Amino acid sequence: MTEQFEPTIIGFTCNWCSYRAADLAGTARMKYAPNVRLIRLMCSGRLDPTFVLRALSSGADGVMITGCHPGECHYIEQNYKALRRYLLLQRVLKGLGIEPERVKLVWASAAEGARFASETTAFVEEIRKLGPLNWGKPVAELGNLQEEISKLEEVRA
Amino acid sequence: MSERIGVYVCHCGTNIAGTVDVVDVANWAAEKLKHQGVVIAREYKFMCSSLGQELIEKDIKELGLTRVVVAACSPHLHEKTFRTAAKNAGLNPYLVELASIREQVSWVHTDKAVATAKSKAVVSGAVSRVIENVALDEIKVPINANTLVVGGGIAGIQSALEIANAGFHVYLVEREPSIGGHMAQFDKTFPTLDCSACILTPRMVEAGTHPNITLMTYSEVVNVSGYIGNFNVTIKQKARRVKTDLCTGCGICQEKCPKKVIDNVYEAGLGYRKAVYTPFAQAVPNFPVMDVENCIYFKNGKCKACEKFCPTEAIDFTQQDELMDVQVGNIILATGYDLFDATRIPQYGYGKLPNVFTSLEFERMCNAAGPTEGKIVLRDMKTAPKTVVVVHCVGSRDENYNKYCSGICCMQSLKFAHLVMERTGAEVYNCYIDIRTPFKDYEEFYKRVLEEGGHFIRGKVAEITDAARLPEEEGKLIVQVEDTLIGKQRRIPADMVILAAGLEPRHDAKEVGKLFGIACGTSGWYTERHPKLDPVATMTEGIYIVGCVQGPKDIPASVAQGAAASARVLGKIFQKEVALEPIKASINQETCSGCRICNGLCPFNAIAFIADDMVSEINPALCQGCGTCVAACPAGAISGTGFSDGQIMAQIDGLLFRNLEPVEA
Repeated sequence: MTEQFEPTIIGFTCNWCSYRAADLAGTARMKYAPNVRLIRLMCSGRLDPTFVLRALSSGADGVMITGCHPGECHYIEQNYKALRRYLLLQRVLKGLGIEPERVKLVWASAAEGARFASETTAFVEEIRKLGPLNWGKPVAELGNLQEEISKLEEVRA
Repeated sequence: MSERIGVYVCHCGTNIAGTVDVVDVANWAAEKLKHQGVVIAREYKFMCSSLGQELIEKDIKELGLTRVVVAACSPHLHEKTFRTAAKNAGLNPYLVELASIREQVSWVHTDKAVATAKSKAVVSGAVSRVIENVALDEIKVPINANTLVVGGGIAGIQSALEIANAGFHVYLVEREPSIGGHMAQFDKTFPTLDCSACILTPRMVEAGTHPNITLMTYSEVVNVSGYIGNFNVTIKQKARRVKTDLCTGCGICQEKCPKKVIDNVYEAGLGYRKAVYTPFAQAVPNFPVMDVENCIYFKNGKCKACEKFCPTEAIDFTQQDELMDVQVGNIILATGYDLFDATRIPQYGYGKLPNVFTSLEFERMCNAAGPTEGKIVLRDMKTAPKTVVVVHCVGSRDENYNKYCSGICCMQSLKFAHLVMERTGAEVYNCYIDIRTPFKDYEEFYKRVLEEGGHFIRGKVAEITDAARLPEEEGKLIVQVEDTLIGKQRRIPADMVILAAGLEPRHDAKEVGKLFGIACGTSGWYTERHPKLDPVATMTEGIYIVGCVQGPKDIPASVAQGAAASARVLGKIFQKEVALEPIKASINQETCSGCRICNGLCPFNAIAFIADDMVSEINPALCQGCGTCVAACPAGAISGTGFSDGQIMAQIDGLLFRNLEPVEA
């Protein structure tokens, strides 16, 4: 039997709901998959889609975006903007040849520690099925990307 | 400039150290993150203790640290603690970053190797991020010394009086025509059995006449804007159709009004009021309100008896709702609870079987000023019951309705048992799941009711019917219950059943919460800042919750919370100004292209377009720091302090170990 693939996942959380849901999962000692590493934002609306691309190109196999439920945003309606960006981002990912399922949007209120835990575990399983992304690797093999770019710029000049 | 970073890994006793090899994490950070500027990495039993903080302060001073990472609990718990420690040592507090390895690692994972590896990633992310942190200064804003208290029950009254007595102004807003809340409906209060009105009404009068309290009854808050220290609140004064400057509260209008209406609020449906009414005789203020839906004049244009007989011409049929704005620095929410609707449990027959009463109906019945003048009688309003069953936990501790315990119903039921025995001599059965009497003199009261001859059956009532099987059950209510102590089913024939209905969050708690920017928990009660250490504050600065809005509680607890929140508010008022988190967005006008994409994204209208310069600008007083505009700016001209692109990108790299030095092949 081969060793099980353990994906690395970056999770973006909202300071007001999902980060607190993660805190609640902790205080309630709920167990979930250890593959997700969290980044706290003030709001899911802060999520610049390039953060997701940076994570995927730097070695993450999946990205979980979490925010307040629709209608419950701490900043009134900014989670809807996160939703819009998420939908567009999925199209971009498809265009780049990346499974859009590698990026998932989850709503979790501050009271939903259990939901946060179960969604995290479920997402880890989904990514495990998809396998490693290895996006950053080919670039690394080419050598230093910055060097390549400056070479190109020299040629252009 | 290269940074000098200190990394501090907390054991949190065994909370973290039990699952994470903290020594390994600290050693790893010292070695592998050295090139990023980590000059010291320590682990300590309790970083948040004064000794732990001193350790950090000493290092900042002696080693000249320019950045600090503390790997411990959630930033929501101790971010402030460590920021203050840094400040004490002369380091800008915003150059401290917390890595949560307790809530996000040790408490949710079990495998020590995996948890240790994840902790390293989290620490690595925090180190990379902290390098990008910039020193920030707190924004100081003045605090308006006025306070808004929403809800005029005992908790709200207590809050308002404490602040008013300290010499500051309070706006006390109440939805109903009078303050008093649920406590005004009760007859006796447990466990002392002192009369509710006797202790409450002096407080009501004091609140109503206090020079520092503006009492606004029959009013509702319709809009809240601003932030701690500077809230602008719009209050709707519903049309009373009685001019309060002329009304003397003589009560002639109520006497002359020909329209009788069932009073579903104050009398819990058991009694009547008029179409122009004060809910009860000791109402504060004592000005009546007109119930337009039931008023004969508003229905068919005739009557006006009240106007005719009013000696001061205070009746005004044309009065309209009015909106008024008030400026306050702090807001206390004391909007109370709703009683569980017993018709939701059809097998208990409430609403179909006339002699099944709710606890609130029974409270009104016991009250000497109530619809029966304190006589305990059946629905026919004359027959005294010979057997009474009190059903505990109606809608509480029940998977189908509310899982939580409503707390007060055990003592309330014991009080009912005592009152029934005292006033009617009837046999009383209490059907309970558990008797819960935890506070001062409560258990003694339970003992007293036992000694008085109350029967107690441990079992949840299955159903209440009027279908008799035996001759002695004819014409009675039959309570079917399993006595779990003897393991036998019992059918108790009774004349009267009282359902000890549980407490529920107000039906509109969610909308009201949204209005004030606070959240409800799983059961619908408002969420406090900390369940143990900060039970009256909320996650929103300047908004406090007291009484049953925070969870079911009895009168002493509600009063204690009311006073506690006032102490918090007074503390803020005495500080005169408050420091706001400097997490704000700002636009670099050099790089702004004037595309205006950001303008429509801001829900707080903080972004304005300056046509002359063709650039947008953010008003820092209105900006709440969500960062949506930062993420949207196609020119990258907007930056958000505390959560900059640089910080987040660096944290991503750090979490994925992209910050580590490449290993030589």
